[in-house]
Amino acid sequence: MADLKLTDVAKVYGGGVEVLKNINLDIKEGELIVFVGPSGCGKSTLLRMIAGLENISGGTLEIGGQVVNDIPPAQRGIAMVFQSYALYPHMTVRDNMSFALKIAKKSAEEIDAAVNKAAKILQLEPYLDRLPKALSGGQRQRVAIGRAIVRDPQVYLFDEPLSNLDAALRVATRIEIAQLKEAMPESTMIYVTHDQVEAMTLASRIVVLANKGIAQVGTPLELYERPENEFVAQFIGSPAMNLLAGEIVGTGAQTTVKLATGGTAISAVPTSTADMGLKVNIGVRPEDMVPCEDCDAIYTGKVDILEALGEVTLLYFEKNGAADPVIGKLPGIHADMRGQTVSLRAVPEKVQIFHNGKSLYYR
Amino acid sequence: MSPALQGLITIFIGVGGCLAYFYGSNIFLDKVLFPAKGIHAGRNINRANMVRPWLFLMPALLALGLYLAYPVVETFRLSLSERLPGGASQYVGFDNYRRMFAEDKFWEAMRNNLLWLLIVPAAATALGLLVAQLTDRIKWGSFAKSLIFMPMAISFVGAAVIFKLIYDARPADQNQIGILNALWLQFDGGFGSVLILRVLPALMFAGFAAVVGYAAYLVGRPIVKPAAHVVEGIALKLLRVVGAVLLSWVAVLSALNVIDSATLAMPYGEQQTWLTIPFWNNFFLMVVLIWIQTGFAMVILSAALRGIPEDTIEAAIIDGANPFQIFFKIKVPQIMNTIVVVWTTITIVVLKVFDIVFAMTNGQWETQVLANYMYDKLFRSNDWGVGSASAMIIMLLVTPILVWNVYNARKEMR
Ligand SMILES: Nc1ncnc2c1ncn2[C@@H]1O[C@H](COP(=O)(O)OP(=O)(O)OP(=O)(O)O)[C@@H](O)[C@H]1O
Ligand SMILES: [Mg+2]
Repeated sequence: MADLKLTDVAKVYGGGVEVLKNINLDIKEGELIVFVGPSGCGKSTLLRMIAGLENISGGTLEIGGQVVNDIPPAQRGIAMVFQSYALYPHMTVRDNMSFALKIAKKSAEEIDAAVNKAAKILQLEPYLDRLPKALSGGQRQRVAIGRAIVRDPQVYLFDEPLSNLDAALRVATRIEIAQLKEAMPESTMIYVTHDQVEAMTLASRIVVLANKGIAQVGTPLELYERPENEFVAQFIGSPAMNLLAGEIVGTGAQTTVKLATGGTAISAVPTSTADMGLKVNIGVRPEDMVPCEDCDAIYTGKVDILEALGEVTLLYFEKNGAADPVIGKLPGIHADMRGQTVSLRAVPEKVQIFHNGKSLYYR
Repeated sequence: MSPALQGLITIFIGVGGCLAYFYGSNIFLDKVLFPAKGIHAGRNINRANMVRPWLFLMPALLALGLYLAYPVVETFRLSLSERLPGGASQYVGFDNYRRMFAEDKFWEAMRNNLLWLLIVPAAATALGLLVAQLTDRIKWGSFAKSLIFMPMAISFVGAAVIFKLIYDARPADQNQIGILNALWLQFDGGFGSVLILRVLPALMFAGFAAVVGYAAYLVGRPIVKPAAHVVEGIALKLLRVVGAVLLSWVAVLSALNVIDSATLAMPYGEQQTWLTIPFWNNFFLMVVLIWIQTGFAMVILSAALRGIPEDTIEAAIIDGANPFQIFFKIKVPQIMNTIVVVWTTITIVVLKVFDIVFAMTNGQWETQVLANYMYDKLFRSNDWGVGSASAMIIMLLVTPILVWNVYNARKEMR
C-alpha cells in the first residue's frame, strides 16, 4: 500500500560509531524486500530506523511519499514482528492482538472483527483466550504476526522472525508467510534474515548489506547468477563461490583467463582488447564445477575432504597454500572420490570475472 | 576485657562451633554410624544420605523451635491465664481478650494500625515505583537512588529522633528549630497561604477522590456490564462488589475533605506542636516509615523494571502507546508480582511497627498502635495476660499476609 524511499540514510550511534552510511533504496508497493548480510552489519539497525525505534542520523526516509524522519512509530503505518515475539506476557492472545486498536480507540465491534479475521487467517482461533506462556514457539510467532495484521499497516517489518523456531517449524512458517504475502499482494514487507533459503524463496528483491552500505540489490536469481562483486558472490550460495586468481589472455565475446593454479577458464563475460593482461579473479560456484577427463580443466587437484550428503557430494580439494580450498558440489553420491585427482571445468556462462573485487559484467 | 575483644571471641566461638558441628557430625555419620564399607556399604551410603539433610538442618530447626515456636505456644498460654500474687498463674479462658476488647485504647490502636496499613505500604510502594521509573533513564539516577536508599541504613529509632527534630516546637519567644514550624510560620493567611494550604489540598483531595472513584468504577463495571469473552467466578464477583463499595466510600470521604480543607480555620502565625494534633499526628508518624521504606521499594522495583524485556516496550511503542500507557499497561502488569511482594513485605513491617511510635509519642495523643499497646501492657502495666492477648492479635493479623507474601515471592522466583 505504500512505497518506501531511503535517500542517503546514515546511522551514527552515540559516541561516534558509524554503522550505516549512504543507504539509497527504492522499495515499491507490494514488494517483499529481504535484508541479508553478515552479523553486525546493521540489518536490524536499518529496520529499526524504518520502524522509528532508532532515530535517523542522516538522510531521509519516505513512506508513501511522506518524509517520516520525525514521525513517531505508531503513525508511520508500519507494524513490526520481533525475533523474540515480544508478546505482552500478561495479556491473552486476544488482548495482545487488540492492544494497538484499543490504544487507537477503535470501537469494540471493529476490534472484534479485526482480531477474529486475523485469528482465522493464522489459525489462532482455539488459542484466543490463552496467555502467551501457554503457547508453542510457532503459535507465539503467529500471534506476533497477527498483532501486526490487525493494525492493517502499509509496511510490515520482520526482524528474523523465524530464527527461534526449530527447522521443521521454520519451513512451515516460512511457507505461511509466503501465503500471507500472496493474500495481501499490495502490502509492502521488509524482512531481515540470516537464512539464505528464506531470502531466496521469499524475496522479490534481496538487499545485501556490508561495510556500512549496500553491496547489491537485486532479485534472488540476479544475485545468484550475476553478483556485482566478490562479496555478494561469496555471501550468496552455500558453499561459497570459488575464487581463483589469474590473468586475462584472450578477449572478445568470450574471455580466456590463465589461472595461477595452472588451469584455463573461459567466461561468457565479454572484454575488449584493452583488458589484455588484466589481473582478475574468476568465480565459479561449486555446483557449476563438473568433473571431466582429458579436457581444458579450470582446476585440477586432489580431493582432500569429502562430505557425502546423499543428495549431493561436496569435494574439498587440497589447499596447496591457498586461504580457502576449492570446493566442488556433485549431484548424487560419490563416496569413492576421496584422495583421487580430479579435473574440473565449467560452462562459460557460469564463470564470473572480477577485477578489484568488482564484476566485469557490470562495467 | 574490652567489648571488642569479647565480640571477636564470640564470633570465633560461633563460626568455629558451626564448622566443628558440621564437620564432626558429618564424619560421625560417614565413619561411625553408617560406614561406607563392609557388606552393607551401598545400603549405608543411602541411609547416610537420607539422614544428612536433617543433620545439617537440626541446629536451625532447634533454634527456630526454641525461639519461635515455643514462644508462640507460651504466649498463647499466657494470653489465657492470669498471674496470681506470688508467681503462680491460673487459667481464665478468654477473660483477657474480653477485657482487652472492652478497652478504648485497644480499639484506638486497631484503628491506627488500620490507617497505617492502608497508607504506609501504598505510599511507600507507589513512591518507590515512581522513583524507580523516573531514575531509570537519567544520568544521575543512581546517585538519586543511593540518596533515597540511605534511610534504610538508619534504625527506626534514629529516624524517629530525626523527625522529632523536624516536628519540634519551641515556646513562641524562642527560635524555632523544627523545620516544619519554620515553614508553617511563613504562612500568614495571604494569597500564598490560601493557594498552598487551601487550594492545593483541595485539589489533591479532589484528584484523589477522582482516581479512587474511577478505580471503583473499573472494579465495579464488569458486574453490571460483563466484558466479552471473560467468565468470572462468583468469588471474584463478590470481591468486585466489596471492592467497589469500599472504594466508593473512600472516594466520598475524600470528596468531603475537599470542602473541609477549603473552609477549615487555620491558626496562622502560631507554632504548632505537630505530634499532639489528634488524628493528623498519625500521619506525621507514618511519614517516618514511608521515608524509610520508599528506599526498599525503590531498589526492588527498580531491579524488576530492568528485568522487563525491552522489546515488549518497543512493541508497545509501535502499537502507539504513550509513556503513561506503557507504564501502566505494559510495565506495571509485568512486575505485578514484585509489587505485591514489596507491598506485603512493607505491610508486615507496618503491622509490627513499634519503635517509631514508642520513640516519638509513646502512643499519646491518640497515636497508639498494637505493638506499642502490647509493650505497654506487658512491660509497663505488667499485665501479662492482656499483653499476650494483644500479641496473639498481631500474629493473627500478620499470618495471612505473610502466607500471601511467601506465596507470591515463590511464584515470582519460578
Ligand atoms: N546502541 C548501540 N550503540 C553503539 N553501537 C551499536 C548499538 N546498537 C548496535 N550497535 C552496533 O551496530 C552494528 C549493527 O548492529 P545490528 O544489530 O543492526 O546488526 P545486525 O546486522 O542486525 O546483526 P545480527 O545479524 O547479528 O542481528 C553492530 O556492530 C553493533 O555493535
Ligand atoms: Mg539483528
